[in-house]
Amino acid sequence: MTNPTTTVGNGAAAEATDVTEATAAPRHHLLDLDDLSSSEITELLDSAEGMLEITGRGVRKTPALRGKTIITMFFENSTRTRVSFEQAGKILGADVINVTASASSVSKGESLLNTVKTLQAMQIDALVVRHPHSGAPYFISNHTDAAVVNAGDGTHAHPTQSLLDLFTVRNHIDDMTGKKIAIVGDVLYSRVARSNIIAFQKMGAEVTVSCPNTLIPDEWQLGSVLDESTGFGGLKLAKNVDEAVDSADVVMALRIQQERQDAGHLPSLREYSDRWGINSKRMALANDRALLMHPGPMNEGVEISSEVAHGAQSVVEEQVRNGVAVRMAVLYALCAPGKSTRIGNSDEGPRGISVKERTEIETVPPTKRGSGKS
Amino acid sequence: MIDPAQGIDRIADVLISNGKIVDIVDASSGATYDDHEVIDASCKIVAPGFVDLHTHLRDPGQEWKETIVTGTKAAAHGGFTTISAMPNTDPVQDSAAVVDDVMRRAAADGVVRVLPIGAISVGQKGNQLAPMGELADSGVIGFSDDGNPVADANLMRQALSYSVELGLPIINHAEDKKIGAGGVMSAGAVATRLGLAGVPSEAETTMVVRDLQLADLTKARLHVPHISTIGSLVALRSAKERGVDVTAEVTPHHLTLNDEWVFGLHGEVPSTVGSEAYDTNTKVNPPLRSRADVEAVIEALSDGLIDIIATDHAPHAATDKVCTYNEAALGINVLETAFSSVFGLVDTGKLSVVRLIESLTAGPAAILRKDLGSLKKGFSADVVIIDPGSKWVVDPTQFESKSVNSPLAGVELAGRVVQTIYQGETVFEVSENVNVGVGQ
Repeated sequence: MTNPTTTVGNGAAAEATDVTEATAAPRHHLLDLDDLSSSEITELLDSAEGMLEITGRGVRKTPALRGKTIITMFFENSTRTRVSFEQAGKILGADVINVTASASSVSKGESLLNTVKTLQAMQIDALVVRHPHSGAPYFISNHTDAAVVNAGDGTHAHPTQSLLDLFTVRNHIDDMTGKKIAIVGDVLYSRVARSNIIAFQKMGAEVTVSCPNTLIPDEWQLGSVLDESTGFGGLKLAKNVDEAVDSADVVMALRIQQERQDAGHLPSLREYSDRWGINSKRMALANDRALLMHPGPMNEGVEISSEVAHGAQSVVEEQVRNGVAVRMAVLYALCAPGKSTRIGNSDEGPRGISVKERTEIETVPPTKRGSGKS
Repeated sequence: MIDPAQGIDRIADVLISNGKIVDIVDASSGATYDDHEVIDASCKIVAPGFVDLHTHLRDPGQEWKETIVTGTKAAAHGGFTTISAMPNTDPVQDSAAVVDDVMRRAAADGVVRVLPIGAISVGQKGNQLAPMGELADSGVIGFSDDGNPVADANLMRQALSYSVELGLPIINHAEDKKIGAGGVMSAGAVATRLGLAGVPSEAETTMVVRDLQLADLTKARLHVPHISTIGSLVALRSAKERGVDVTAEVTPHHLTLNDEWVFGLHGEVPSTVGSEAYDTNTKVNPPLRSRADVEAVIEALSDGLIDIIATDHAPHAATDKVCTYNEAALGINVLETAFSSVFGLVDTGKLSVVRLIESLTAGPAAILRKDLGSLKKGFSADVVIIDPGSKWVVDPTQFESKSVNSPLAGVELAGRVVQTIYQGETVFEVSENVNVGVGQ
């Protein structure tokens, strides 16, 4: 662990690292959202607006990251997240190499270390990692100069999912201050829940969760509000799902896994569906214009009824579409040539993609418009 | 000179001859020792060599992590002159043949005394009792399946009952592996923030309660290793009060480190999780517990509820620790930091130095029922010299141990072991300390 690393937006520490290692390769990562300020998050989301426009073009290609190499390294099955990152990198002109590995074939840490060092030796610019073990991207970031992007680590964090969720909500709700976000589902095992609690709270929203008592940490109590010592200060733990959904502006259902039933956390998925499933009756308790979200893949009929999953309030497909734009913004901020590799460091000013830069991107590619749907 | 077994805490000289303690002479006697080699230990603490009831030597079977040679050298470096070899070797110390091999090689190659611990069950598998009589005859000082708790309550009952005739303690790692299965650290706010699966304290407490009841039933000797939870202490106090024949140990790390060390900042709690987090050198079983648990075990050691300190020295190769937290092996390299790390509690007034030394000498010797852990006339000349004022920064690369898995790397400690004497011979001496010279 010889390489002291800096995470995205890690203000003072990033400054110090840059001063002493000005000529070193970028060491900036997106490991979680806990060290990003709301303004830094806003800059990223602003950048994603421009990226979303690019993804809607007939010819979806810019040279912004031409000559850059991005590796996606997934130690867990994933379709949407991996493809989303791959597409994001390719639209930006980067070479994207997908490495699929099972954590069991790379079961010993030395092998994970060796894998990372091998990739490092190949001069890569970014490493997008999903791993079943919490903290794996942090470990990797200590052993590579490439920018590490956490694409989901164990039960810890999934920062790009949270960014795309924020982005999706922002497109419907201008100001999240004081808005009620209800997260319903497996909080104990959900990295999406944890990152989203942090993300929405940072943007000023009030987050309430609801789930069976067996699926929250032992030190949490249903019917209470967490204090700062928990690391999730202000989080409300509803007594039941109706209380959580009541007057909510956003209702987010999380995927419930069969293995929770097998491990004894739940009597049955049937009972879960009955007591915590989001259906039209429960959505009726929320605000009239409340958004319904789900990070996917959905177990329709279990945590979310088909009726509401595909209903007027559902933004599930928007979430997927926005995922590409948000990941473009992240990769651009971390890998774009000649830029500070820092996202939104407050000392340096916002480093998300600016309007001017977006214009440059738009003008550089050979735009042969008209052939596409746009 | 501090020798709790004799109630000695005063300035005195220790006379050693032919590997034995010959006499203790008050400094005021004006005696001179022209015909002796003289070790000037003025301004130092002279104490009996430490005795450890819980050491992993990894030999035979995992010699890349530690050997009898490196493990005993590490012990000497830490002031220990007697250590107890846990049976989780490969092959397991579940027969006289393996125990004899370890004892023979320890006598030949080790620089301090090694006492073996035999397995409770064949192969430490928890199914069938090991030949405990045969093991006792070959010299084991107790029985343990080490990291494998005896899950079957009836087998535990039988092991305790069978041990009564042998007079040796059953040392059961108390952990219900089903509670918090898959957990890699102590449950609580730190685990939740890091997204690491947590093991609740009750995984230990429930089995301690069970074992205490079974010890009461069988009237056997029970020794609870590495006790670490408030609940276990409540149960222990109650059992001792009603006369259960039980002793308990606590490790240096459970006395000095809490779960906040997993953040990788030497116990500081960061506002954001940094890349130094998930410090795999903090992964140990029982896991580092909460602040409240740490305060409770310190108090229990101080008041004597916990009988002794034992290291649970568990060396692991770098490949076992340079990995994700889930993958990392369980265990901390303790022998060479044990005394100094706990000496910090003396500095802060939470523990007396006499009680600290007692818990490393007279305490474990009493459990062993052997003539060790004291500077009484006729005892083996096992002596440690400590410089209470000397500060040092832990650098695991300087360890005598073959492994470097210490979460204390870079931490400054006080109370340094400067010389260790085993059977009258110096087996460790700090090289750079000019204050310790050998006269004549």
